[in-house]
Amino acid sequence: MKIGAIKETFAGENRVAMTPDSALQLQKLGHSCLIEAGAGANAGYTDAAYTAAGVTVLASAKEVADAADVVVKVRGPEPAELDLLHEGETLISFFWPAQNPELLEQAKAKGVTAVAMDMVPRISRAQKMDALSSMANIAGYRAVIEAANNFPRFFTGQVTAAGKVPPARVLVVGAGVAGLAAIGASVSLGAITYAFDVRPEVAEQINSMGAEFVFLDFTETQTDGAATGGYAAPSSPEFREAQLKKFRELAPEIDIVITTALIPGRPAPKLWTEDMVGLMKRGSVIIDLAAERGGNCDLTVPDQKIVTDNGVTIVGYTDFPSRMATQASNLYSNNIRHMLADLTPGKDGVINHNMEDDVIRGATVTKAGEITYPPPPPKIQAIAAQKPKEAAKELTAEEKKAAETAAFKAQTRNQVALIAISGGLLLLAGLFAPASFMSHFIVFVLSCFIGFQVIWNVAHSLHTPLMAITNAISSIIILGALLQIGSGNWLVIVLGALSVLMAGVNIFGGFLVTRRMLAMFQKS
Amino acid sequence: MSLGFTTAAYVVAAVLFILSLGGLSNQESAKRAVWYGIAGMALAIVATLGGAGAGLWWLSVLLILVGGVGGWVVATRVQMTEMPQLVAAMHSLVGLAAVFIGFNTHIELGHAIAIKDAALQKFSGMLAGGDTVFPQMFGLLVEAAKSGDANAVAELHAMVGTAPSDFLLSLVKKTGAEIAILRVETFLGIFIGAVTFTGSVIAFGKLAGKVDGKAAKLPGGHVLNASAAALSLVMLAVYLQTGSVWALAVMTIAALFIGYHLIMGIGGADMPVVVSMLNSYSGWAAAAIGFSLSNDLLIVVGALVGSSGAILSYIMCKAMNRSFISVILGGFGGTTGPAMEISGEQVAIDADGVASALNDADSVIIVPGYGMAVAQAQQSVSELTRKLRAKGKNVRFAIHPVAGRLPGHMNVLLAEAKVPYDIVLEMDEINEDFPETDVVIIIGSNDIVNPAAQEDPNSPIAGMPVLEVWKARQVFVSKRGQGTGYSGIENPLFYKDNTRMFYGDAKKSIDQLLPLID
Repeated sequence: MKIGAIKETFAGENRVAMTPDSALQLQKLGHSCLIEAGAGANAGYTDAAYTAAGVTVLASAKEVADAADVVVKVRGPEPAELDLLHEGETLISFFWPAQNPELLEQAKAKGVTAVAMDMVPRISRAQKMDALSSMANIAGYRAVIEAANNFPRFFTGQVTAAGKVPPARVLVVGAGVAGLAAIGASVSLGAITYAFDVRPEVAEQINSMGAEFVFLDFTETQTDGAATGGYAAPSSPEFREAQLKKFRELAPEIDIVITTALIPGRPAPKLWTEDMVGLMKRGSVIIDLAAERGGNCDLTVPDQKIVTDNGVTIVGYTDFPSRMATQASNLYSNNIRHMLADLTPGKDGVINHNMEDDVIRGATVTKAGEITYPPPPPKIQAIAAQKPKEAAKELTAEEKKAAETAAFKAQTRNQVALIAISGGLLLLAGLFAPASFMSHFIVFVLSCFIGFQVIWNVAHSLHTPLMAITNAISSIIILGALLQIGSGNWLVIVLGALSVLMAGVNIFGGFLVTRRMLAMFQKS
Repeated sequence: MSLGFTTAAYVVAAVLFILSLGGLSNQESAKRAVWYGIAGMALAIVATLGGAGAGLWWLSVLLILVGGVGGWVVATRVQMTEMPQLVAAMHSLVGLAAVFIGFNTHIELGHAIAIKDAALQKFSGMLAGGDTVFPQMFGLLVEAAKSGDANAVAELHAMVGTAPSDFLLSLVKKTGAEIAILRVETFLGIFIGAVTFTGSVIAFGKLAGKVDGKAAKLPGGHVLNASAAALSLVMLAVYLQTGSVWALAVMTIAALFIGYHLIMGIGGADMPVVVSMLNSYSGWAAAAIGFSLSNDLLIVVGALVGSSGAILSYIMCKAMNRSFISVILGGFGGTTGPAMEISGEQVAIDADGVASALNDADSVIIVPGYGMAVAQAQQSVSELTRKLRAKGKNVRFAIHPVAGRLPGHMNVLLAEAKVPYDIVLEMDEINEDFPETDVVIIIGSNDIVNPAAQEDPNSPIAGMPVLEVWKARQVFVSKRGQGTGYSGIENPLFYKDNTRMFYGDAKKSIDQLLPLID
């Protein structure tokens, strides 16, 4: 099959859906590759590089669309671009089918099979083609870099001869892929980073990235992230109030806010209100990664950077991935390449559009003149359901003390009971057994005690030598044989002699092997 | 040498044995401790040979030497990976010796009772209430004969023959109640000894790969064991009543069967518990024999060994979060619900990938398991450790208490390969460090790193303490293929995003890595 990439027509879009590297991989799958001239120029890939990678460079998008069986691109198609495609052709790109019903209709009318990269289900197997995640990762990183660019201070705290520099305080709202990437970048620049998310189960991930989870004192059973495929769900008005109150508390101390809160299929929630911006210090920066969907901040202007009256910079760019076009193209083309690999299971250049496959089914929005969106729910659950975690409650001093006394009492009770029972049994035995037996019995019981006390102190790593040495000394049983071997009875002598022989093997073998083992233990 | 001296020697020997076990609390003092044990043993044997009651001492010394040469040859030749089976084999010797000594006691006891009955008949007129008075009288007679009274010597010889062993004389001295107790003790000694013997032989076979390691039971399962035990109990009653050798023989056969069948029903990975249990049994057998021979040193050492084995079994069971009973009865307990579904796939990686991750890592933790022992990979692992440490990386080992087939098995193998013991850490010491670790390499272990134990309440191993390797940044699993571990359950670790499977024989895999570490 021929895979063709066309140049992005959207203004300011620098990415490209095929790189020379990904083209080489596609050729390994048995496909041949085409590209529109200059498609990779803004992402740093020259036509010559493509030619060197075995890609046929064609002059216009039309030529590519005509020649190719599969057209790949980044941004969702413009109506004009869709028009270029012919019947039976496959388009792989972002599509946003929920927001673009008219595009769906157009694709259906054209008989184009559209595979939406934004509809790839979030299951482990599909991670390699999850373009939303790979782009969000870049956006998160770039958001921190933009913030640093607009922030008039250091991120990291320093003590210099010229004075002390306080570290920047960064708040990341929404700990999805972009949020976590932002946390990572911000922490590694040295800022004190806080993060908030409505899904309490991500607290662990936030902490693992080195940020502090902003804890909301609010008791409401949150909808399980698993129920919504790992995305956040809209929260209740009470919860929202508690959340805004917390943000208002934080606003005066925070230097940089990076908001990434998005709810699938809805406008971005307003989380950073105008009054919070007013509370912030002069020079603070807000990066709104949700600007494309209206922004998390009240004052965000999409695609623009504005400075408020109190000197707060609000960045509403919507093209963060495109600002790192080389990296973004590289990752996106890999996502595309993995999607094509799944579509070409035989690696023979023949596309098998298997609608039984959860991933392919989920991403396909139109096929053979029919709209296949929305897909049925995937067969595999995306994320294992969270078990409600029993948070260990902090005990007060009195409770602790009470628990300790209770434990002590229980222990005492157990020990007294044990001593009473075993003592009673012993006394009972003493009533019937002859004195000669009891004297040995005392020795036996005391030895067991000593044994228990001594053995508990043995190091774990020496358990094998312990077994070897106890084995060696258990051949003390030889004493019994030695005492019997002097008998007049030949059978007793034979059995005794055999016992002595076996015990002899054991004594020497056991001690020697113990010594061998112990000699091996060396300190570094 | 007098009886007092022998007793004193026994006390010293007992103290030496206790010091010897106590010295194993750390690696350095352990090297001294083994000499305490050797000295104690030598002292005990010399004192017994030289003391009252031992006969045919030249034969004894000869046999000890012959046995000693055998033991020495075996101990110097054995590979460290073969240590579990060696220990099991040696337990079987102690068990068999206990059986023999028990039968000897029985034979001598029969002899003694015959003498006593003859004497009681002869003096029946003179000795009213003979059972209590005769032992006293006989005791006095023996004392007198020892002090050289010619009449007493003649009298004694008339009763018990010309060269009676001290052991026989001590048996003749016993009253009826003491004889009953003696019979119980002898019976117990033989029973435990026989169970230990066949149990250890089977354990040896399983560990050495000569017997199929899987749990196998005869039809009837534990009912067979229970009925054999019940039969033994009946035989105890018969033996107490009649003193018949047949009762003893039937019980011995039943006990041999119990030992065989019990251990056959326990799978390979439960061997740490089995071996320490058999260790314990060999101690209790010695203690029971000690009671029957009225020998305090035997009792002391038997009790020490017995409690040592019992504690080891307890520690092993705890490490698997299973009760001792469930291990002995074999197999894993039933699950309470369907296992958690595992999504994702196992992603393989080649040596280059592992090596580059290792080159980039600052901290590495290696988790060895039985697979390392099977593949004899400890030398290669040690070499890898040396190379990584030479590059200034923090390399440590995490040892789960039940890794391998013997308590402390991994420690011994690593020590053999000259891995310094201060970088070999226990589970409790290292479990908290995994989140800060760059790379974890798992070599031939499975269940002990299974996150299902913590995450899936329905898992058969739920609640078992495991090494939390999945919290590390990257995990490499060196493994032969995609099979499950001993418990037969899937390991979700292999499907985690930060896990890569490094398929192949452990030794070959590690050897491939070595030249790539620069």
